Amino acid sequence: MKQYQGRIVAKGTVTAKAVVSHNGLNTLASFQKALQFGDKTATCGDQNNPDLYGKQMAGKALCLPRTIGSTTGGLVLYCACAMGRQPACMLFSEPIDSLAAAGAILQDVWLNDSHMPVIDSLGEDFLNDVKDDMTITIKEGGIVEIEE
Amino acid sequence: MRLTEEQKAILDGKKGETQAKVMETLVRYGELFGADEMVPVTSKYNHLVTSFGLKALGSVYTLLDELIASDALSGQKFSVDPRPMDKNVPANLIEKFVFNNFMYTKQQEYEEQLKKLGLLNDNAFTCTAYMDEVGNTPKKGEVLSWSESSAVVYANSVLGARCNRNSGIIDIMGSIAGFVPSFGLLKDEGRKATWVVRIETSEMPEAQLLGSAIGMKVVEDVPYIVGLDKWLGGKLDDSAKAYLKDFGAATASNGAVGLYHVENITPEAVEAGRSLIAEGAKEYVIDDAELQRVYDSYPVIWKNKDAKPKICFIGCPHLSMAQLKRWTADIKESLEKNGKKKVVVPTVFTTAPDVIEAFKKEPEYQTLMDEGVVLSYICPLMYMNNPICQKVPTITSSNKLRTYTSARYYKDAELLNIITGGQN
Repeated sequence: MKQYQGRIVAKGTVTAKAVVSHNGLNTLASFQKALQFGDKTATCGDQNNPDLYGKQMAGKALCLPRTIGSTTGGLVLYCACAMGRQPACMLFSEPIDSLAAAGAILQDVWLNDSHMPVIDSLGEDFLNDVKDDMTITIKEGGIVEIEE
Repeated sequence: MRLTEEQKAILDGKKGETQAKVMETLVRYGELFGADEMVPVTSKYNHLVTSFGLKALGSVYTLLDELIASDALSGQKFSVDPRPMDKNVPANLIEKFVFNNFMYTKQQEYEEQLKKLGLLNDNAFTCTAYMDEVGNTPKKGEVLSWSESSAVVYANSVLGARCNRNSGIIDIMGSIAGFVPSFGLLKDEGRKATWVVRIETSEMPEAQLLGSAIGMKVVEDVPYIVGLDKWLGGKLDDSAKAYLKDFGAATASNGAVGLYHVENITPEAVEAGRSLIAEGAKEYVIDDAELQRVYDSYPVIWKNKDAKPKICFIGCPHLSMAQLKRWTADIKESLEKNGKKKVVVPTVFTTAPDVIEAFKKEPEYQTLMDEGVVLSYICPLMYMNNPICQKVPTITSSNKLRTYTSARYYKDAELLNIITGGQN
């Protein structure tokens, strides 16, 4: 068991299996299918992301450095949350970027029944250590545990 | 974050629950990035990214209804990204059915919402609202609450305005509040370059390829680009602006660049030179081999990689007047060389509605029509954003379109050769 301390962007606790992107997550490219074509598993559609392409993101602990790409990013995350197709949580190794931050805050402030905890600044070691399908738990106070 | 008495009162609900939530959103957004205050939005107009009445965005329309019902309207008129549909763009019966009955069923309803919120006019649908013909051109130093990654990077870099890479929804909230949190690219220190990129190519680098290479390398940092000025003729004329529009869009979609400086070209680099480079900046050298490596790295995700292209899109971001004229002339010359009258691959040029109107008055318009090219105000990205169009072998010179769809990227000269029936 390894433990990491991050900063709480959207509070909450959860346990889920990890899915990991070592490069920036292009939110629009990744979630397009989930939003438009009834893909409830939110299969990643970003051809430029070899770590995630074709993998399920809904219900997973999505581990990543940051998001990149279109400024629809925050809105896309907000809609994924409203449709119940969001990751169980988002865990950023770096300080969060402005687009992901918007998505995290919008869902927290404007959606009554959304629940997607978001933690950032977990550090480079976190992203080096975490692997797909490891069990991840977010605890109180921005603590993230990886069960190996 | 320090808030004024007025801002505190709004946050506490003085103007109602909805305005309080708008303020809470902006304050939380700013606090994450260490914003010390909210600063007034000073541009004349805003620009929003969401232009499409996509059925799947129901939760966004609900939120906008809440804003409208609470009279939380935009304090500025605004332009918005391009419409997703245009009957002039080739589409088969199934595609039309999917667009009209499945995907964009909320288009009319959404456009009505935009009008209530403060849409500039019926022509204000373009990702290049900063073009002279459109007139949403911020001045140097103005503070914006814009979104649309290609427009934000252009406004910051080429116009010298100040804007963070805001997400959709956050864009309009800044305009409703009249304030945005001050952090990142709004601050002098956030505009310092943490990368020096040296261009050492043997010819003028393809704008969309160079932008892609830099975006992938620096991701969200600010690059200071040395050696590009000589290829841009040493000045920020219409041709250089068009180049930087395409270059910037690629940096923003292949990475997350919100600002770049080009030595001797962009306004802040002209003004402050290398004092814009932060201490300890990293270096990235781009030569012919590096550009080729990046080009070769693009995956081709067509089912049949050797398929004959069925449609070509040029103009993501929307073309400028100068680009329309240049492409028209290039196609004419290439068709003549290849002994053809019209393009051999259905080709769509996309540009702002106001640019279309202006271009129709130019002699090149008839030439373009004679070449068989379709001129449209559409967003090619939104057009292709469905499983049916994704299966159609589509070619483009846009690295942004390549990134978000199955479209295959070609350099300008290669694309010209393909659409005019040249030999490989």
